[in-house]
Amino acid sequence: MTTGATPPKYKIKIDDDECMLCERCIDNCSYGVFRREGQKIVADSRKCTACHRCIAMCPRDAITLIEKPNDYRSHPLWTRDAREAIYKQANSGQIILSGMGNARDYPIIFDRIVLDACQVTNPSIDPLREPMELRTYIGKKPRQITLEKTKSGDCDLKTKLSPNLKLETPVMIGHMSYGAISLNAQLSMAKAVSEMGTFMGTGEGGLHKKLYPYQDHMIVQVASGRFGVDINYLERGAAIEIKIGQGAKPGIGGHLPGEKVEEEVSKTRMVPLHSDAISPAPHHDIYSIEDLAQLVRSLKEATEWKKPVFVKIAAVHNVAAIAAGIARSSADVVVVDGFRGGTGAAPRVFRDHVGIPIEAAIAAVDDKLRQQGIRNEVSLVASGGIRDSADLTKAIALGADAVYIGTAALIAMGCRVCGSCYRGLCPWGIATQKPELVSRINPDEASKNVANLIKGWTLELAELMGAAGINSLESLRGNRDRLRGYMLDEEMLKVLDIKPIGA
Amino acid sequence: MEPVTIDAKNLHYTPLNIRIRELIAEGKKKIILNNICGQRFIGNGIRGDDVEITVNGVPGGDLGMFMCGPTIIVRGNCDHAPGNTMDSGKIVIYGSAGDATAHSMRGGEVFVKCDIGYRGGIHMKEYSEKRPVLVVGGKAGSFSGEYMAGGLLIILGIDREAPVKGKGIGSGIHGGKIIIRGDIDEKLLGIGAKKEQLTEDDRKDLEKYLKEYCRLFDYDYKELSESVYTKIVPASARPFAGKYCWE
Ligand code: SF4
Ligand code: SF4
Repeated sequence: MTTGATPPKYKIKIDDDECMLCERCIDNCSYGVFRREGQKIVADSRKCTACHRCIAMCPRDAITLIEKPNDYRSHPLWTRDAREAIYKQANSGQIILSGMGNARDYPIIFDRIVLDACQVTNPSIDPLREPMELRTYIGKKPRQITLEKTKSGDCDLKTKLSPNLKLETPVMIGHMSYGAISLNAQLSMAKAVSEMGTFMGTGEGGLHKKLYPYQDHMIVQVASGRFGVDINYLERGAAIEIKIGQGAKPGIGGHLPGEKVEEEVSKTRMVPLHSDAISPAPHHDIYSIEDLAQLVRSLKEATEWKKPVFVKIAAVHNVAAIAAGIARSSADVVVVDGFRGGTGAAPRVFRDHVGIPIEAAIAAVDDKLRQQGIRNEVSLVASGGIRDSADLTKAIALGADAVYIGTAALIAMGCRVCGSCYRGLCPWGIATQKPELVSRINPDEASKNVANLIKGWTLELAELMGAAGINSLESLRGNRDRLRGYMLDEEMLKVLDIKPIGA
Repeated sequence: MEPVTIDAKNLHYTPLNIRIRELIAEGKKKIILNNICGQRFIGNGIRGDDVEITVNGVPGGDLGMFMCGPTIIVRGNCDHAPGNTMDSGKIVIYGSAGDATAHSMRGGEVFVKCDIGYRGGIHMKEYSEKRPVLVVGGKAGSFSGEYMAGGLLIILGIDREAPVKGKGIGSGIHGGKIIIRGDIDEKLLGIGAKKEQLTEDDRKDLEKYLKEYCRLFDYDYKELSESVYTKIVPASARPFAGKYCWE
């Protein structure tokens, strides 16, 4: 070590006049920042991750946290992050891992798209008294249907419909595995989606038996590691998702380090205690779109064609062509995860530099599928950095049937996006398996928070739709005329297929 | 109980699998499939420890995927990934099998009389009493036993120049073991794999499966038991532990 240690990122200060020495901060900080020295609480700011747990728990508001100003010589190119990454790698020679989503300051396309509203010439709709159709069905739709008149004059549907998921709101929770997050976090979200009539993903961590009561609202995942995958697991899920890629780390696999594989995680993933759980970059039985089609059909055959099969890919440059291939592979749903998707751990260079934003990806995929005349046959789910009901509404208007949220659901349970998920010490009890931390989440309470978030967004979505004179989700989907680009260049407008403001 | 026969000539895999499931549900224990020609997914996700299915012909990919309990006997060659993510049961192939044989298998046994393709036994893993075993009589292609997280892969190379053709044996292996008849050139091993001498326990383990191989395929046990074997194991249980540092 010749480069020396880097300065702390945050500064914790305690107001001794306010502090009543209750020591709650000491108990609550799992990173060991605080200690008591006589009649004083002392903080070691170096260890702080800015998770805000101590601040939330201090009864006297005695704690202040500031992001410590950059005390390197300022430089526009050699930023603090750039320099510190070099120190780290100069010392270790290793790949830098990081948590949560993309931490670069890329322009956010969602924020440069505005929604439309009706004025005078065509009235807006009042969601208070008019029915708003927010229910949507995710899965394969027939190209056409055949009806047959019965003797009584009724019509019978002759076409055999594929299984679909019935969503009361187009907001689902994406895949965060047991192992990466705690059982209480999963339980809270599972209760919430069951209550709200929507779905959540298991991630590649198997399905813990405590989630069985919610299995009708769970999408079970089959990823390259095939952890926890057996016929019982497949049969339990309401749908099955094949994970090819994820937005935070396109093109690479996953790795749950052995320390996190404690007893229940080991049982649920079906791997030995404390063994590394490695998901290779590719599925070793998928080397082509034909192989993918084979896995899709294989899963359907094993579960007697009773479940929709999702295929999730990361948004990358040629995402539209890939999605079109997937749509023809017998998959029922294509999930596209944009480059702002979160993660427990990803190589920093991937998280911050690989992939494309979901806004462009979803527009390109929707376009390609429409050009090929197959958009009506598959469903499209957008994910990766959906922050509010405006993002949700814009994603649908760009062509999605529904969205997956991830980080937003965690934030609803207390997450402060400190980005230290990989350390297994999450003070909010989310990204941890330590029983004393996990118990900080009360699934009954946290599920209410998650359900409230979905409820709030759903109400806002209905209002936004009403304002735009739209009364059904079907009419909003791919309705790009309700969008305008603000300060977007011509090429970007073309990709999004939207007009600029004023046009 | 009399075996039930299905003539699979020109039969698509879905009605074929439906029929198999119906027969199992009716309590039939022995099922014979005749004229199998490339039908995929045969026996996927089926259950029943005492069910035995004989396949006459050449089944397509993913034979017995997610299978839990039954035995499938193939009187012919097999396409890719027989035993894919299989939970328990047994697959016996009286010929050769394609790529990714026993991919991600988590329990049960697959015996192949002759050769297999690339990526055999890839990412097999074991848990608790479940331990997957793949025994290959002939040769195996490159990348055999990659990412193995448990289980046992035995490659015998009978009547072949070498048991493994190609490199990348056991890349990223972090559990289980590979036993190969004869010696193996270090150069063919993947990252994270190393050669080791067999212990007494390994020999006992091996003996059991050699005997079974010889019984199934009517081969001379003496010849196999007197051969030299090499064991390949993970160089470390944490092959990637040193690759990463944290932000
Ligand atoms: S939680 Fe607040 S009041 Fe209690 S010891 Fe810590 S700083 Fe003082
Ligand atoms: S890590 Fe969290 S709990 Fe600990 S001092 Fe920092 S903000 Fe407070």
